[in-house]
Amino acid sequence: MKSALPWYALLLPLVSAGAITLFTHRLKTLSSLISVAAVLGSFLCSCLIFGQKGLSAPELKWIDFGTVFTVPFGFVLDDLSRMMLVLVSGIGALIHIYSLGYMRDDEGKSRYFAALSLFMFAMLGIVLANNFVMLFIFWELVAFTSYVLIGHWFERDAAADAANKAFFTNRIGDFGFMLGILLVWMSTGSVVFADIAPRLSILTSHPAFLTIAALLIFCGAVGKSAQFPLHVWLPDAMEGPTPISALIHAATMVAAGVYMLVRVGFIIQASPSALLVIAWIGTISALLAALIATQQNDIKRILAYSTISQLGYMMIAVGLASNEAAMFHLFTHAFFKALLFLGAGSIIIMLHHEQNIWKMGGLARHLPITFLTFVVGALALIGFPLFSGFFSKDTILALAYDHNMPIFVVALFTAFLTAFYILRLVVVVYFAKPRSDAARASDESPLVMTGPLIVLALLAWLGGYGFFARHFLAIPHEKELLLIVPVLAITAMILGAGLAIALYRNRTSEPIEVDLLRRLFYIDESYRWLIHWTQELLASISAFFDRWIIDASVVRGVSGGTWGIGALLRLIQMGNLQAYAFLFGLGIVALIYFAVFR
Amino acid sequence: MVTLGHYLIVSGILFAIGFAGVMLRRSLIIIFMSLELMLNAANLSLVAFSRFHVQPSGVPDYNAQVFVFFIITVGAAEVAVGLAIIVALFRARQTTHVEDINTLKF
Repeated sequence: MKSALPWYALLLPLVSAGAITLFTHRLKTLSSLISVAAVLGSFLCSCLIFGQKGLSAPELKWIDFGTVFTVPFGFVLDDLSRMMLVLVSGIGALIHIYSLGYMRDDEGKSRYFAALSLFMFAMLGIVLANNFVMLFIFWELVAFTSYVLIGHWFERDAAADAANKAFFTNRIGDFGFMLGILLVWMSTGSVVFADIAPRLSILTSHPAFLTIAALLIFCGAVGKSAQFPLHVWLPDAMEGPTPISALIHAATMVAAGVYMLVRVGFIIQASPSALLVIAWIGTISALLAALIATQQNDIKRILAYSTISQLGYMMIAVGLASNEAAMFHLFTHAFFKALLFLGAGSIIIMLHHEQNIWKMGGLARHLPITFLTFVVGALALIGFPLFSGFFSKDTILALAYDHNMPIFVVALFTAFLTAFYILRLVVVVYFAKPRSDAARASDESPLVMTGPLIVLALLAWLGGYGFFARHFLAIPHEKELLLIVPVLAITAMILGAGLAIALYRNRTSEPIEVDLLRRLFYIDESYRWLIHWTQELLASISAFFDRWIIDASVVRGVSGGTWGIGALLRLIQMGNLQAYAFLFGLGIVALIYFAVFR
Repeated sequence: MVTLGHYLIVSGILFAIGFAGVMLRRSLIIIFMSLELMLNAANLSLVAFSRFHVQPSGVPDYNAQVFVFFIITVGAAEVAVGLAIIVALFRARQTTHVEDINTLKF
């Protein structure tokens, strides 16, 4: 059945972004309402699309070079993209509403909502794209809106720098992604997913080529999903407004990397070595980020590292060739991580932009709704039984247990760390006595902010249950009931949580300081060092080239040569008229000789 | 019997005398006259060619004589221009001696 609904869902936010930018830039409240209306409309369309299986949308011919290169502007509407559509527009809608409260008094409110609408357009574009080129273009557009929104408070240097860092880091990954797309196109002659699938045998007959292509495509996901070694941008991206951190840098955009890998899973799963690399990158990211998170003091940074860690879990699932498990965790993670960020945002705004957890404390009494919803999010994150994260994380752990024992061990340890750092956060922020005046004077957020929190808390609780999630995605079934995995996972979780509670109860400052973790494993510093020295090296090479090759031999060579020849020639300019005449005669003789006798 | 060779030898001698005059004499007027002598040496050989290249009908080859006319015309124009330059030079420098006119050098 043909329907224009996907077009409406996609284009409504774009119209909103355009309208705000062009017409209502000065009318801040109207701008925000237009944006919210657009995303609600988009959500409605998404729900309608979700309700109708076998829907298809009219396709536009976009780039058409016959058999060489054809890119349609078309949509893919399978179960995967319909689920993502509802997820993205639904969480987007909640966060738009929350932003009404969070950005209430912001100077750049119109700009903020225009960028948010544009982001929704780009993100829905990624979800709907049925070919690599469209995907890549929306992918870049998402990076751009992310840049704009991280740098929303651009007058702060930290925000502007963070925006640049995010953009550049993504650029590195996207370069690989583009090469990967080119490789796939080069070998199969098509960029449309549905056309590549039947021609996959061309790729599989060259395993090395396939592995390189798959890993290059994975590069894009590494950048976008902030996996090691390109994870450095995500914690800095927390300089943006908190709803942005929740929507873009936790629930949707960073998950786009995982979504893309699942979308092209048929290519990646054809290469076992690429899968192994992906699984290990995910494992390393999960462990590294969880370790760093245990020593951070900024509430949003802790959550950012937690995001990297959870994305690492999804990458493990992708690497173990289970798209279902990856999407399941993406689905539940979107809810509980958006919830955690919005809870953090609620605290931050009520404490007048205080983000240091050691300046909070005792907030459970002051912000009861925020506290309760945050705890739900935290329980879901650590995989507490009967909360959503338990089901999805358990699936991934079981998968790792089945396929790759070392990864399982690391993932289990990461689960322990996850419980440790999030309980540390909860204990330090919500319990004991307030440690600053702002914390003592804080009050609960308005309904426009707590409303989305409550909705998300319900989703974070119920999101993992089969009766709920089954409608949205294929829930992976474990082959036989592995009792050992949940038992181990729950043990790790309880150990981590207990340790955190024992360590941080009634503390007013960090009891253990691990410099290595506090300094982020020196990764940022080594990148700075690397960039510095690469630049120095390139600069000195080009300086040498300029000074000794261009200046010395080319420029001075030409001028010196001209000067020398001139000095020689001026010897025959003796000023005697008859000598000139003689030379002239000689010249004629020479001419005649060459013209006649040769 | 006077053959073409004789004419050419005379023409060559005239040309050599003219060339020597151009190279060796110091007065611009004499150099100029020597130049004319060289032109006329060429004329002489051309007339001789005309005379000795007889067509089967007994008519000499007039092509060479047309060249001679050209050379005479060009020579006349050259004399007009050259003498004017020499007069102008004399007015400026009060000399027609080539050794005094040596500023055309580095």
